[in-house]
Amino acid sequence: MINFEIPEKITNELQMAKMVAEQVMRVKSRYYDEHEHERPVEYINLMWPVIREQNRRQLEKSMNGKKPERTGPGLAGLRLVMLVETLSWGDAGQYLCTPDPALGGAAIYAVGTMEQKARFLTKFTEGDPKWGAMAMTESCAGSDTSAIRTKATYDPETNEWILTGEKIFCTSGSLALTESDGFVVVWATVDAGAGRAGMKPFVVEANTPGVSIAKQEEKLGIRASDTSSIVFNEARIPFENLLGSPEVQQLDRKTKGFKGAMRTFDASRPVVAASAMGVARAALELTQELLAKEGIVLDYRKPQHKLSAIERDLLEMQARHKAGWLLTQRAVSLMDHGQPNRLEASMCKAYAGDAVTWITQKAVELLGPLGYSRNLLVEKWMRDAKINDIYEGTKQINLLIVARSILGYSRRELK
Amino acid sequence: MLSFEPDEEQKMLVEAIEKFAANQMRKVYREAEEEGIIPGHLRQSGWDFGLLPAGIPEQYGGFGEYSVVTAALAAEAMAFGDLAISLAIATPALVGIPLLLSGTEVQKERYLPMFCEESPPSVTAAIIEPTIQYDPRELKTTADHLDGGYVLNGEKSLVPLASEADLILVYANENGNTQAFLVPGDADGLILGSADQLMGLRALPIYNISLQDCYVPAANKLGEEEGISFDLILNHSRVALAASAVGLANAAAVYARQYAKERIQFDEPIAHRQSIAFMLAEMAIEVDSARLMVWETAWKLDRGEDATKEATLMKQYVDQAVLRVADSTVQILGGYGYIREYPAELWLRNARGFSSFDGLAIV
Repeated sequence: MINFEIPEKITNELQMAKMVAEQVMRVKSRYYDEHEHERPVEYINLMWPVIREQNRRQLEKSMNGKKPERTGPGLAGLRLVMLVETLSWGDAGQYLCTPDPALGGAAIYAVGTMEQKARFLTKFTEGDPKWGAMAMTESCAGSDTSAIRTKATYDPETNEWILTGEKIFCTSGSLALTESDGFVVVWATVDAGAGRAGMKPFVVEANTPGVSIAKQEEKLGIRASDTSSIVFNEARIPFENLLGSPEVQQLDRKTKGFKGAMRTFDASRPVVAASAMGVARAALELTQELLAKEGIVLDYRKPQHKLSAIERDLLEMQARHKAGWLLTQRAVSLMDHGQPNRLEASMCKAYAGDAVTWITQKAVELLGPLGYSRNLLVEKWMRDAKINDIYEGTKQINLLIVARSILGYSRRELK
Repeated sequence: MLSFEPDEEQKMLVEAIEKFAANQMRKVYREAEEEGIIPGHLRQSGWDFGLLPAGIPEQYGGFGEYSVVTAALAAEAMAFGDLAISLAIATPALVGIPLLLSGTEVQKERYLPMFCEESPPSVTAAIIEPTIQYDPRELKTTADHLDGGYVLNGEKSLVPLASEADLILVYANENGNTQAFLVPGDADGLILGSADQLMGLRALPIYNISLQDCYVPAANKLGEEEGISFDLILNHSRVALAASAVGLANAAAVYARQYAKERIQFDEPIAHRQSIAFMLAEMAIEVDSARLMVWETAWKLDRGEDATKEATLMKQYVDQAVLRVADSTVQILGGYGYIREYPAELWLRNARGFSSFDGLAIV
């Protein structure tokens, strides 16, 4: 049936996250925004025990034979999305520093074997904070992921892969490889001529010789987040670090590995959309709070022709926020019900990125010179917002996915 | 628990209406629009779905299963067929639903049974006013308490099926509050005006009416002393209209999508071009998000919660979305979008109206 009720279990769990967002993240938002390469240790150390425990439960469930993303009508997706929304409301950049296997972990859960899950993810259930990451993008391969050039060459004598190449824009790449005992899932090609079919995911663990951080980016926003370039200079990794079952590991022309990765985006896109909506909500709430001090409070019973320009804008901000959040809830609800959600995931991601960009830009505008000042966080939120139109599939790429889906087209018909 | 799947009964109902829309409404809507006439059997067939009786309690002759969500699903499916015809079919609800929501026991007993008959009753409501600054919460039509009754004065427009109405629910301003009054069709001072000349909805017989010192006894004031909860009624109306807008927008989006796949230019379908494909993608997102806004508002109403904020945001969003989708559809069809042999121009003319339709439909 059609039902918008959020289980009390989840709203209760969010109370802790709200506290963290208000009392830890927000308090240091401006500091970490102005000290780009410093790590938000307060947030990291506070979250790690909780995340560690969550990882333990998730790994246990997965090792018991149930795939996390197909456990029937569940709450996992909704729970995650609401948590991410709350933490991003706190601080989007700090949220991205959550010590967690993240996208790298998602790839392992999507295509890894039981043995690989145990080998790579067990350490996330114990010890010190650590990070997982995914490295896909290269200077010549952004939206066009099939153009990656990082090479993986097999050495039969040592039964190892040799990786050569450079990845850019890897979220938490430094955290994963040089600041903790983490890992990065690196997409490399075993056969440059084979396009997508040659692309495979390899797990590169921390402190692997031949792997170095070339650069940590300085960004418009989400400055607390670590965005790194990673160089692979004939770095050797065990053969078994190629993710997936033997049939995926076969050097044949199948694209199963690539498709597996693309499947992780069906799960991660709603999460990005949720993050975007959290930032949007922060901007919306502050705008309403400050306008209320000027005596401007939205009256939902007022007819349109009596609304001032500011009230109109506020109404529009709220409407777009609601639309974005409902689309996100729908995408994650399908996933929790074990149903395909590629179309809905791309819809919510495309819409949410656009909505948070518009909402935060409008918030700065409505708050005048104060909105423009670094004394308020809203200018930071506008800067933090913009990445949501770009990463994990730009708005244009997500529109392309939506268009292909509704038209029944492939890349052949619609470029 | 968060879920977006209509239940089996809802799916069956929607499927049945979709068939009706495709096999009957779509066959006649253009002629109906050009001639200004809706074939009578269509209104009867629409009535046969029992949408209004479904919401009326058993003691008055209905099925006692009032669900705003279900009604919204039905309204969307009807409007997908044709908006004007769906509004004609839904006209009796303009009196039935407010009775359900705000009528006294005496009024319910007297009037609700007529909505559970084989044929639709000839009733309608008058709320919209011929003024630039139409505000349903601050109407210009007045009701003055006098001699154990009320005297109504004012002008109304966009009253559907007024010429055949035996009973009209007239909304008027009583001391700053919007109230509603059951006015017999032959009442003194209730004057049927000219047919409304509108940009769209030309298949729907729709009229201006005039109230000139029109007296009704106190018993005819909906809710009697207590009056009506107008916010609630308006929220229900907004759901009906927004659901209809989603149906219309979806009709346009689906049509444009199909057209773009078939129209060959430069040796390939125009759907192969990003500019067109992106428009289609954005249209699909707008339809889906608009629908979710409707569902959430309807769901809250079903739970008896105040949904004024949701209804206002829904209206704000959907009014714009339906226009953008309809406009994009005309655009995608190019020259064919401009001529009346194709449905796009009709959808655009209808789409623009939603921002002024407050009160024209209700679920």
